[in-house]
Amino acid sequence: MAEPPVTRGFVGRRRTPDQGKRVPPGQYVTTDFPVLSAGPTPHTPLDRWTLTVEGLVAAPKSWSWQEFQALPSRDFVVDISCVTKWTRLDMRWHGVSVDTLLESVDLDKSAAFVIAYSDGGYTTNLPLADVVNDQAFVAYGYDGAPMTPEHGGPARLVVPHLYFWKSAKWIRGLRIVDRDQPGFWESFGYHNRGDPWLEERYSGD
Amino acid sequence: MAAISWLVATVAAIRAETPRVKTISLNVPGWTSHRAGQHVDVRLTAADGYQAERSYSIASAPTGQPLIDLTVERVPDGEVSPFLIDELRLGDRFEVRGPIGGYFVRDPAAVDPLLLIAGGSGIVPLMAMIRDRSKVMSRVPCTLLYSSRTPDDVIYATELHQLAQSGDGLRIIDTFTRVQPPGWTGYARRIDMAMISEVLETTGRKAQAFVCGPTPLVESAAEALVGLGLSPGQIKTERFGPSGG
Amino acid sequence: MDDQYTLDANAVGGMLMEIFGSDMTSVPSQCTHCGNVAQVGSLRAYGLNGPGVVLRCSICTEIVIRLVRRADGGFLVDARGASYLRL
Repeated sequence: MAEPPVTRGFVGRRRTPDQGKRVPPGQYVTTDFPVLSAGPTPHTPLDRWTLTVEGLVAAPKSWSWQEFQALPSRDFVVDISCVTKWTRLDMRWHGVSVDTLLESVDLDKSAAFVIAYSDGGYTTNLPLADVVNDQAFVAYGYDGAPMTPEHGGPARLVVPHLYFWKSAKWIRGLRIVDRDQPGFWESFGYHNRGDPWLEERYSGD
Repeated sequence: MAAISWLVATVAAIRAETPRVKTISLNVPGWTSHRAGQHVDVRLTAADGYQAERSYSIASAPTGQPLIDLTVERVPDGEVSPFLIDELRLGDRFEVRGPIGGYFVRDPAAVDPLLLIAGGSGIVPLMAMIRDRSKVMSRVPCTLLYSSRTPDDVIYATELHQLAQSGDGLRIIDTFTRVQPPGWTGYARRIDMAMISEVLETTGRKAQAFVCGPTPLVESAAEALVGLGLSPGQIKTERFGPSGG
Repeated sequence: MDDQYTLDANAVGGMLMEIFGSDMTSVPSQCTHCGNVAQVGSLRAYGLNGPGVVLRCSICTEIVIRLVRRADGGFLVDARGASYLRL
């Protein structure tokens, strides 16, 4: 096939990374916040919203919106990389560390993986080891304001060291399991773990 | 083997339609004819190999020639449309593939009255239908309900006005949602059920409706049409959304 | 279903044509979940700039077809949500 013609003057919006070792391979830096959704934006009223940790725990634990807001929270300033090749630097989120949530339950000894599940049916799977030690948080604020529904509000999981599809929007719970279960994209061609530094984009990568 | 392949298009003409909208005429060797309402995928390639792809509706009626017009609206902060509006010059080249879409098309030989509902640049595929209808000298009644923010935002204003004057059964009803012309007595609000109900009184309920525009406009117009008794099969919709600009 | 990030599957007609080799937007499909029959072009399309394209039933919002473009240029197609496509 012939090479596509270069369109004179077109450079696109991406910026070539000049951040040294800060931007994962194959990524370009953007200042946008693209909206990525696999379905309609849910609008669960806050008085009916809960966040649950369940599965291989001594007793499941649920928080109402008020209870969740009362948990210790802080700002997280992190870089985010999407498998669609954009990276955005220094995104400022506000939320609750997953460690804080897990401290409220007694994990079974066999606990090894976490299934994050969301309003609308989205799921994503993570090794437990990828969400502990302050590596992941449930965010309800972004850039000094409440999280908007299109970006995952009222609350979304954020796992900054993995591709952004692991950061489930509209999160409603974490199910602790002993055996891994591929989620929405992991069961359909995408890598099970999704480390941007290893370019773990597709299954088999 | 591919039933669809990328073709190299060369810019043959550029025409400003409104302050934010231009029509780009393309010479596309290898182009097979299209039907009114279809679109193309456009692919731009940067010198370093980076590519960006978008879809644009074809504005022109089929001509039998390898020439098509695309009408593009500048999406603020977009990646592709600002380039096409601000940077593109005669003779520039990029790729297109198409025609695409057998769903949102109208058979120019159809005899049912036509009701076209457009919001903003949603007029583009409907304009291809209007031009096609005129080209084949159809007398099938056709009503265009066209929502624009201001009179300056009306795309194809002169041509639409001329076609409506020709007496071939094309009727144009404008609504201006933000700024109205001096002395305006027509609609000055978003398209709603009452407006569509009034339009349908003259069009009749046998109309084939094509609705194109921003998603909220399409949703409310389609709901109104169903509410007023049209069957889902009489309503075809095409949503224009912020999928990257 | 008023969601500004929804488009019609007509918008991915080019990708569908690349996969199936002919126009798919006018092909009738039946939703496995609710039984609604609709032309593929009228399904709701999500994720056009995401990991993959998700086409949902306009009536029940369940998933009819998922499409992923692979790194090698090929595609993965999950049409479990369509009880048939009338080609």
